[in-house]
Amino acid sequence: MMNYSSVRSDPPDDPAIRAKALNVVRGPRQVLRDLHFTVPRGQITGLLGPSGCGKSTLMRAIVGTQAKVTGALDVLGHPAGHPTLRTRIGYVTQAPSVYDDLTVRQNLAYFAAILDPGHAAADRRHENVTRAIADVDLTSHADALAGNLSGGQRSRVSLAVALLGTPELLVLDEPTVGLDPVLRRDLWALFHDIAATRGATLLISSHVMDEAERCHRLLLMREGQILADDTPDALRTRTHSETVEAAFLHLVDEATAAARAKETTR
Amino acid sequence: MTTTTSPGTPLRPAPTGALNLSRTTATAARVLRQLRHDPRTIALMILIPCVMLFLLRYVFDGSPRTFDNIGASLLGIFPLITMFLVTSIATLRERTSGTLERLLAMPLGKGDLIAGYALAFGTLAIIQSALATGLALWFLGLDVTGSPWLLLLVALLDALLGTALGLFVSAFAASEFQAVQFMPAVIFPQLLLCGLFTPRDNMHPALEAISNVLPMSYAVDGMNEVLKHTDMTADFVRDALIVAGCALLVLCLGAATLRRRTA
Repeated sequence: MMNYSSVRSDPPDDPAIRAKALNVVRGPRQVLRDLHFTVPRGQITGLLGPSGCGKSTLMRAIVGTQAKVTGALDVLGHPAGHPTLRTRIGYVTQAPSVYDDLTVRQNLAYFAAILDPGHAAADRRHENVTRAIADVDLTSHADALAGNLSGGQRSRVSLAVALLGTPELLVLDEPTVGLDPVLRRDLWALFHDIAATRGATLLISSHVMDEAERCHRLLLMREGQILADDTPDALRTRTHSETVEAAFLHLVDEATAAARAKETTR
Repeated sequence: MTTTTSPGTPLRPAPTGALNLSRTTATAARVLRQLRHDPRTIALMILIPCVMLFLLRYVFDGSPRTFDNIGASLLGIFPLITMFLVTSIATLRERTSGTLERLLAMPLGKGDLIAGYALAFGTLAIIQSALATGLALWFLGLDVTGSPWLLLLVALLDALLGTALGLFVSAFAASEFQAVQFMPAVIFPQLLLCGLFTPRDNMHPALEAISNVLPMSYAVDGMNEVLKHTDMTADFVRDALIVAGCALLVLCLGAATLRRRTA
């Protein structure tokens, strides 16, 4: 089922994201150091690592809102931040970015009008908004003010904005943080459904390692560098670990030992 | 060959020009909708200028001439101050809540956003100015020689200038605390030097020179032209053009402070 690929201007076999020698500096600090990786299309790639390791900065670089990015970063066949990508990428920031003094429906209707403007598109927009609200299970709260919702509900409104239209790439920064287990399970089911039926690529960050098991591929990050880029199974096998968390710890220890060895030989 | 991408409704890549009319009106409608959920702010914006004018009328109960002078000037100053405050806080909230980053990652032109804000707050400014002008002219006996429409025109230009200044300074404020402190910093000096308290040519020459480059001076001069002359004078046209020009200039500076990529 690869019929979705026919509309793309860029070759479908190309990865969704390709980074080469990617560096990002924020203030005096180098946040990302010489990253090389690819993110395959049509799959869920998990971006995992402890808080402050550079996950959000990497995501901001991919959607084109991060300044001082050097190296090569291609997204859906264009350099990151290219104007044509703005309708093709759905992006959810870590803190819910919605208008608290608008209702759920009004929030979505506004962002839909930015993505797909004009009177002619009004019906299509209405349909998209209703579907996005249903996707995040907020239909019963559609007319509530976003500011009156709980934290988890507000982050779902923020997620719904990214689901408007049909983004080919969804970049989600900790979308399930603070949600209850039932909701987390439902959202992951939705993510898998989006990847399977719409052929979309999802890049999802998390610092909760048990979510790693639900991804097709993993990028493990630590201190601005990529520790591993593999499938969850391969990671566990390679490190002889039971869980991805154990695998991650194993890789961290390995990296620290290697760094120490390098220092002593100097 | 173009086929549909998915079971959902496909989006055609929308053009991302500098200004797109439907994105601008959608933004203006959204700003007004946000305000509608906040009736107290609307009431304060619209009622306070009227209450102040009413107060002023009876402060100068014994000298109606003074009320004429100050009242006309204030009709121009109120919209500037209100719009400055409202816009600086509203855009600051847009910046801090992450919605600005989200919008700029979408196909929204910076011009669309700014024009949307100007349109929404301009509409409110028309209502505010119309009420204040009507009250002053017909109930408080403000004696104006020229047309009330010209008063309204200057008031609207002032509101636009206030919106522009508010948008611009919000880029330099990291919090609401800082944003409100910009009001004394940006507005008070203009208030002192604009000729409201004493004619500008009576000031120390250095201060007069400074007042010559501050836009609010021209707003007050314009109001005074309407106060004293029956028809549109050349001075009035010049004053109105200067205020409009300043507003446009500051709006462009404000647009330059909206960055798609931030550190």
